[in-house]
This record gives sequence, structure tokens and C-alpha cells, in this order.
Amino acid sequence: MKETSYSVVLSGEAGQGLRTIETLFMALLTKSGYHAFLSKEFMSRVRGGNNTTEIRISSSRVASFIDRIDLLVVLSHDGLKRLADRITSHTMIIGEKADIEAQPTSAVLRGIPLADRVKELGNAIYTNNLINGLLCGLFHCEPAIAQDMIRAQFQRKGDEVVEANLHAFQMGLDLSETLRQDPRLDFILEKNEAVASWVSLNGAEAVGIGAIAGGCDFIASYPMSPGTSVLTYLAGKAHAQGIIVEQAEDEIAAINMALGAWYAGARGMVTTSGGGFALMTEGVSLAGCIESPVVIHLAQRPGPATGLPTRTEQGDLNLALYAGHGEFPRIIYAPGTLEDGIRLTHRAFEMADAYQVPVFVLTDQYFLDSEGSLERIDFSQLPIHRAIVRTPSGYTRYAINDSGISPRGIPGFGEGLVCVDSDEHTQEGRITEDFSVRVAMMDKRMRKLAAYEDVPPRIVGPSGYSTLVVGWGSTYGTICEALERLGRKDVAFAYFPQVYPLPRITGDVLRQAKHLILVENNATGQFGDLVNRELLVDFDTRLLQYNGMPFSVEVLYERLEGALR
Amino acid sequence: MKTTRFDCSGDADIAWCPGCGNHGLLQILKQALDELGLDPKQVVISSGIGQAAKMPQYIGTNYFNGLHGRAFPVATAIKMVNPQLVVIAEGGDGDMYGEGGNHFIHNIRRNPDIAHLVHNNMVYGLTQGQASPTSPRGFRTPVQTEGVVNEPFNPLSVAIALGAPFVARTFVGNPQMTKEIIKAAIQYPGYALVDIFDPCVSFNKVNTYAWYRQNTYELDSQYDPTDRMQAMAKAFEEGPFPLGILYRNPQHKPTIEEQLMVHQSGYAALHLRERSPQMLDTLME
Repeated sequence: MKETSYSVVLSGEAGQGLRTIETLFMALLTKSGYHAFLSKEFMSRVRGGNNTTEIRISSSRVASFIDRIDLLVVLSHDGLKRLADRITSHTMIIGEKADIEAQPTSAVLRGIPLADRVKELGNAIYTNNLINGLLCGLFHCEPAIAQDMIRAQFQRKGDEVVEANLHAFQMGLDLSETLRQDPRLDFILEKNEAVASWVSLNGAEAVGIGAIAGGCDFIASYPMSPGTSVLTYLAGKAHAQGIIVEQAEDEIAAINMALGAWYAGARGMVTTSGGGFALMTEGVSLAGCIESPVVIHLAQRPGPATGLPTRTEQGDLNLALYAGHGEFPRIIYAPGTLEDGIRLTHRAFEMADAYQVPVFVLTDQYFLDSEGSLERIDFSQLPIHRAIVRTPSGYTRYAINDSGISPRGIPGFGEGLVCVDSDEHTQEGRITEDFSVRVAMMDKRMRKLAAYEDVPPRIVGPSGYSTLVVGWGSTYGTICEALERLGRKDVAFAYFPQVYPLPRITGDVLRQAKHLILVENNATGQFGDLVNRELLVDFDTRLLQYNGMPFSVEVLYERLEGALR
Repeated sequence: MKTTRFDCSGDADIAWCPGCGNHGLLQILKQALDELGLDPKQVVISSGIGQAAKMPQYIGTNYFNGLHGRAFPVATAIKMVNPQLVVIAEGGDGDMYGEGGNHFIHNIRRNPDIAHLVHNNMVYGLTQGQASPTSPRGFRTPVQTEGVVNEPFNPLSVAIALGAPFVARTFVGNPQMTKEIIKAAIQYPGYALVDIFDPCVSFNKVNTYAWYRQNTYELDSQYDPTDRMQAMAKAFEEGPFPLGILYRNPQHKPTIEEQLMVHQSGYAALHLRERSPQMLDTLME
């Protein structure tokens, strides 16, 4: 069988170690010269239930979730239950005979004696590298690369563990030989040598790398899915990169600590999800008043309240837009690609420091947990510019000037005193109730972004479009692929990596189109409402989804086709 | 009034009522800082909201006058980022024990080298006279119309139970003792709580200067502050209340900032550090 891309789904239960397969297989695919994209959906539990991971393997760039399943690897008895809608006569299913026959399907079934082999190996944990061997064989990856990775991964645990894992891998490889006799299970794809030097990483790692590149040296957070992954990533790099990592007692403490950290000279951030961010909003307002930089990674999941803790949604744009009492400027970025995850998070630190405002990096579960291949970043192109000044004697923290951006000092660096106040304050940072000072300070704060340079929307497709699809954040890859399938010469896609302030060019970009289609992973079209409020531009069609899952390429394709009919 | 290096330049419009204990405390604190020979540029006072939390507005030093209840997490972060700063967290009983109660608990566990000064007047002043966490049972207010029914919060016993290495209580009516205790708290290398009885002349007609004089006594020189169990027993005494250093851990308890990896390889201010592109390249391996 030879196609340009395949979709493999692993279906198992929590606690089984699917992550071991994902990590090794994704790296193996990249090093073997394939483009790959992994997305996952899982239940909110530590053990049991049913979790699935989709890995798309392609001879060209791929960055979206599709419904179609070419190969389904079933690793638990309930592995088929939730996939009935996605299985067709075209799907090949492999797994323990009893598991793949647990439900009637139209698929082609290939039973493999997983349980017997695992019994031979002596521990269920080896199933994962057995599957790695199997997939390596079915997709013609380089076994030697995988074997090196296994050695490196298990070295610390001793030779015995290394050997057992290599043995499991070989068993899988041997099994694949037999299965490949059936050409439908022989997955042939063109390889691309250049891709072999790329790296495979997920959205959370991209945000973490961007933060470190942006000079982040302090993070305080309270764990909450899906935002925790960035905290974990930075904790793992804390020693090597010099980062203070503090698990706060609550989100209120977390953001106040981040502000204290900036005040003392660090570049601090918080990471959280909607419910946790709700608690942080007083801190956002504080940042606005004391003109402190702060970077907030807000990882969206479906609300209201606890909602669907492990699922995805773009439902918190309004929360980020309006969080914090009072009026003050802010910036919101929403990366839709791994590269933007790195670049925009780096930029968030730069802009926070330069403009002394809170800057948001707005992601979601789908973005953070999805993994893809990425060309190496040239970090010399991502320098940092610290805006801290050495204070002179008689320094005033809130000196009024044309830009509204007063030089920011930190305590103990220079000859001055640094006084910041959550009350309305004088230029010296002392409490005041003087109305004229109040107005002068409000005006100063509100003009700070006048010289700010936008990250403009990116147009994908024909520049002479008459129909424009508008999206932001994690829908990027799916919209691109759906439009590619549509193949229309009059339809383009405007992707907004900066959702607030609305880039100054937005009106021009939207008004060129006769037909405007909005795509958002939420129930109301929050970005569409923002555009409408600020520019009085209406969307003709709103394609929205709020079931907790990302759009699949097929669903979006059909809905776009319907809208264009 | 003695001048100090911590006096504010210019005339401050002080927002406290005439007769408020805070006026005396302001002088005491400035003198304590001055007598310790501290440089105002190296001191940071982090405070929250309330009449007590306005203290740094009237002192010539660095300050972060943040939000209600949040002075302590801010102070801890400042100390973590720059351990060379002398950091004080200051506020009232409502600010620190009520709104900031969760931070009070968990920052004691962190043990930053911070002096924690809490003005305890057993009432809410700035919001005009409601009960505070430390108000005694039966205390009547426009909100607690039949009198307070809750158990008063006991900050000293909570702090000792959580492992705070320095726990003291003083009364602003005794300026000499208060100054010496504040100095000891600032000098102590770890978390140091000073609960300061500080009468509110406008909204607390029960716990007045005279009341505090009658209902407190000073620990004498025979008292051994290194005995934690005894300190706990003293913390439970509520009539009369003991004043002085109830507990001082003679062993050094590691502070959070000295355990941070970023400060292990010698001190260099975080804002002067740089990551090379080579260091960043390791992130993509």
C-alpha cells in the first residue's frame, strides 16, 4: 500500500504506558525522515478508562487531527468502544484477538498474540516496546535508531532492563514481518532526508522552550490540566537553565509571586487553565496598575466550572480579554503552530518587559498535547532585550513621558528607590487621591501600546481571495488542510496569532472578502464578536464546535463545503 | 522625634486617625531599620491593603504595596529572586490572617528569610469596624450585631505548629520592646513573625491601650525561648497575653531561597544573567 499519509490510532487505558510508545515512535518517525503529527484525547482519570492517540505519518507537512483511521492498534478490552464512528471497511485493526472482536466492526481484523508474548517477557510494561517494534516494521523505520533510543532511555535501570526492552522490540519487529505479508499492512511512504534532522516536540514543550528563550527564570503555578505541562517542562529544565520553580498554594499566590519576581528583576510567568486563571484575575489588574510585566500561559479547556477537564476548547478568549477590574492595556497571543508556540512565548516576555503590561499566551489542550516535527530554531535570531534601568538617585518609578512607558528600575540596582502601589499613585509611586494625577496616570497607562508593533494575521492561500476563513490558535493546521482539500482558488485563510489588540491591518484584510467565515472551537464565536465590536464587520457564517474535541479535517471540510455552496 | 535614614522626603499625607497605634509604630520601625545600619536601597517592604498596609507609603525605602492579603507571596518571591534584599512583609490582622490566611500557612512552610510584621488591632479599620479574625468572642460590630461567635484566630500557635523558627508578640504601647523585637526579627535568618498589638482608636472600644496594658505581661529573663513546647503553651495563654519572643529556633532552619538551585553557584543577580544560543540549542535535542 502506498499513500501520501497514514493515520494510526493507539487505543488503550490510562496507566498502561501509551506515552512510552508515543515518545519513542514519534522520535523514530522523524529520525527516519517522515513528517508526523500526534494528537491525543483522554479521560480524566489516572488508571483505566479509554484513551486514544492518533499519529499521522506523512511524506509532507502534517499538523491536524483527522477522523479517518488506517491502522488501529487496540491495547485494551474496551479499546474499540468509543471508536465505532471512525472505523470503516478500510481500517486495519490489530490487537489481541478477544479485544479486537469485542465489538462487531466492518474493519479488517488481524489478531496478534500480545498476551502470550507479554507473558514470555514477564511484565506487561514491555508491551509498549513490543508495539514500537511492530510499528517500526510496518512503517519501514530504521530499527537501529529505535534500538539506540531504547538503550539510552533504559541505561540507568541496568543492562537487564535494556535487554528485556530490546527483546520486546525485536518480538514486535518479527511480528511485523508476518503482518506485512498482507500488502494492506505494508505501509509505504516517501521519506525525506531533511526531516531526519528535525525535532519532534509537543505544544507544551514549544511554550516552555519559548519561555526559556524569552529569558524566563521564574515560574509559580498551581497544577491544573492542561496548563500543568508547561510547569513540568520548566521544572525539568530548572537546574540546567537556572529557573526558579515554585508550586504555589493557590493561583492567587502564583500570580502575585510572579509579580514579585518581576519587581525584583526576574522574568516570571504563570501557567494555568480557565478555572485557575479565574482566581488570578486580581493579579492581572494589579499588573495593570503597578505597570508590571507578567506572562500568563492560559491553557483552555471546556468550561463552565470544572467542565471537561482533559478536553479542548477555545472558550476563554473573553476571559483573557476582560480579566481584571479597571481599564489597562494587555496583549494576547494564540499560537497555532509549534514554531509560533516558541516564537510567540519568547515574544510575550519581550513585549511584557518592553511595554510593562500583562501578556497572555492563549493555548488549549489540543495544542499542548499535540506533537509534531519541527525544524530546528536558530536561537541567535531570538535575542532578549532587558528593559531594566539602573536607577539614578531620586528615581521615580512612574515618571510621565510621551510614550507612557516609564523606565523600570528594580530594588538594589542603582541609587534610587523603587516604589510600586496598587492604589492610584503619583510619579513617585505614592498613594494619591488627586483627580488630575489620576487622569494623567490613566492616560499614561492607556497610551503605552501606541508604538507596539503587531504580529499581523497570516494569509494562507490566494492573495486575491473573495472568501476568507478566519481562525486563531490551535485550529490552524486543520483549517489549512481542510482548505487544501477544497482546493478553491477564491478562498483563503486568515490566521491570527495575535488576537488582541486586533492587529491594525485586520479591517483591510477582512473587508477584501465578500464572504467571511469564522471558525472557532467554542459555542459563541468569541473572536468573531471581538472583530464585530471593534470593526463593525459581520461574519456571514460561523462554524463552531464545542463538544470538547478539536475539529477534525473531515468535519471542517464538510462544514466549509456546506458554507460555500 | 529622631530623624532616620528611612524618613520620607517631603510631607506625607498620613491617612491614619489621630491616636492610632500606627503612628508610633512608624517611628519605631524607621528607628529599628536605622539602628540596624541598613541601607534604604537594600530594604523592600511588601504590604497589602488596610490601614496597617499603608505603612511603607510613609517610609523612605523600596516598597511593593500590592493587593489585600497578598503581601506575603510577593515578599517571598522577591526574596527568592534577590536574597541580598532585606525583605519585610507588613499588614494588619485582616490582611494577613483573614484574606491572606492561606498564604500565611504556606509561606511559613517555605521559611523565607523575611520579617513578618502584623499589626493586630482585633478589628477591621479601613472598612469601618467589622470583626477581624482575631476579634474576641462577643465583640459587637455593625455586622456581628449579636457579637462574634467564632473562635479567635491564634496566629502564634499556628505559626509555631507550622515550624516557624521565630515567633514573637509585642504591644505598640511599649516602644522599646517593640523596637528590639522588630530588630531581632529582621536579623533572624529565617521567617520571623511579630504579632503587634496595636489599638484601633476609632472602631475598637474594647481592646484599648488600657485594655492591652491590663491584659498582657512581659516574658521575663528566666523564660527560655528555645523550648518549642513551652512556646506553644505560652501561645495558648489568652488572659493575660504574654509579650516577647515566644520562640526562637537556635538551630538554623534552611530558608527557601538558600535551597534554590539558581543561587547555588555563587550569587549573580538574575537580571544580569544570560543564556547563550548554545544553551538554548540543548532544548531541541
